[in-house]
Amino acid sequence: MSTMAAPAGNNAASSPLRAATTVGGIAMFARREFRDAIASRWFLLYTLAFTVLAVGVSFLSLSGVGSSGFAGFGRTAAGLLNLIMLIVPLMALTAGAGSIAGERERGTLLYLLAQPVSRTQVLLGKYAGLALALVCSLCIGFGVSAGLLAWRAGGVGVGAYILLIGFTAMLALGMLSVGFVISVVSRRTSVSTGVALFVWLALVFVSDLGLMASSIIFKLRVQEIFGVAILNPLQSFKMGVIVNMNASLDVLGPVGDYASHTFGAVLPWLLASTMVAWIVIPLAAAMVLFVRRQSV
Amino acid sequence: MIKAEHITKRFGPVEAVSDISFELGNGCSLALWGSNGAGKTTLIRCLLGVIRFRGRASIGGIDVQRRGRQARALTGYVPQELAFHDDTRLGSAMGFFAGLRRVPGRRAAESLAAVGLSGHERKRVRDLSGGMKQRLALAIALLSDPPLIVLDEPTSNLDAAGRGEVIETLRHLKASGKTLVFASHRPDEVISLADRVLVLEHGRVERDTTPRGLWPTEKPVQVIRLFLSMAKESEAAGVLREAGHAVHLNGNGLCVAVPRDRKAEPINTLAKHRIEVLNIEVLDDMEIPGVES
Repeated sequence: MSTMAAPAGNNAASSPLRAATTVGGIAMFARREFRDAIASRWFLLYTLAFTVLAVGVSFLSLSGVGSSGFAGFGRTAAGLLNLIMLIVPLMALTAGAGSIAGERERGTLLYLLAQPVSRTQVLLGKYAGLALALVCSLCIGFGVSAGLLAWRAGGVGVGAYILLIGFTAMLALGMLSVGFVISVVSRRTSVSTGVALFVWLALVFVSDLGLMASSIIFKLRVQEIFGVAILNPLQSFKMGVIVNMNASLDVLGPVGDYASHTFGAVLPWLLASTMVAWIVIPLAAAMVLFVRRQSV
Repeated sequence: MIKAEHITKRFGPVEAVSDISFELGNGCSLALWGSNGAGKTTLIRCLLGVIRFRGRASIGGIDVQRRGRQARALTGYVPQELAFHDDTRLGSAMGFFAGLRRVPGRRAAESLAAVGLSGHERKRVRDLSGGMKQRLALAIALLSDPPLIVLDEPTSNLDAAGRGEVIETLRHLKASGKTLVFASHRPDEVISLADRVLVLEHGRVERDTTPRGLWPTEKPVQVIRLFLSMAKESEAAGVLREAGHAVHLNGNGLCVAVPRDRKAEPINTLAKHRIEVLNIEVLDDMEIPGVES
């Protein structure tokens, strides 16, 4: 065996160097995760499905009012809202749920953790890589749709469309964080994916029904209904997009009316903050759970 | 180089490792010997700091639980079977791990050359034989030239040729001054590589000995593995010990060290006690170091 360089970890590293090393490790994992994700079938399938549906919605939203061709950006953004609320959480939750649990099931997690890296680096690196892959996937869908819209309908309402992309990215990152929490505590991918699907079902379908039922049973006041509603990231997303399209929340009934009048100009920021909280809090929880885990 | 103090690890109600302490100096090699479930793998995971445990373990004076990343920088790990994304090419895998260990890219090529894998960089991990995978794991472990190599039954999934390759590489490493800690099921490995043996049973250290202490004979030794019905294994071990043989029940048959010219003796002894031997395996022909032929 040849004589080799002394391991860098042997040095007493100063704080800035340690920080640089930590970031370097995260970047290594992120790069690998991103490369693996874009080479995977799920990425291709979701990207294709999202692109086809986004283009389809932009076409149909104008056809629906009696014309043919493509609607403008603003109308397409509104049309895409429900599609995004269905597909994007599913994409992100399942991608997140498979991340750590998949590595654990394949036995690769133990091998990675046996390297000179910390659990935080592994988790944040994987999160960053998957987040980038998801955002790329969404950008491809939105980009193709936007290209066609710009060609057929000009740039009307492009601001609303960009805000829609921003809110969609936040929704995707939030759901990815929730997926990571599920993944960290699951031993098997099948279990984590099952739980992720249940969470998706709960957020997309059950929470609306639950809120309606609770408001009747407990006779919730309008401010309480609003408070509970924005706890669901999908509702925050929906309200955020509608508000940012300069549309009135009156379409959402008394709750929307209450929100518009009570919070006024602060409302978009409140909703955006809720979305950011859905990214940060579950990711922090996943990190704590992963670091404190007794076994691999 | 490595120090374990009262390591205890519980999984729910089960105490997988119980109050294990030992210390190993630079350039020494330690074998962890015991049956399946004796706690070898759990102890290795504790020593690497990848699972939490009670007690203390340090590598080069660095606490593996408090400063795991720094401690693992001094350690190369070789698992039972390399688990890495099968689609990855060797060159890419080496590049990734070189980045994690913060060594220059050229070290990847040097490390592959050191284990005889030069020229295979374009191959995917899934296309490698078992022996090549283990050599790849060794190449990764050697990337930053760590002073300590920890191996978890590195040859258990290999055929005789693959096993020979890996053992040969480990012998070179030992000769070059590396400290080795390895779990093994195979007496031939223990005899040829270990200076010291920790015999584990039910998570506890049953004996802290040497290969000579485990298989005490003045003659060149060959180890045979006898396969019997499970129900008869304990009885057979007792019979053979009474007859003066060094026997170890390691969860995968009975390992018996015998003089090279009397390999049939344990089988005859068992036959006299009406214990049927279903199959035998003669393990690699190796002698206890230091014993004259």
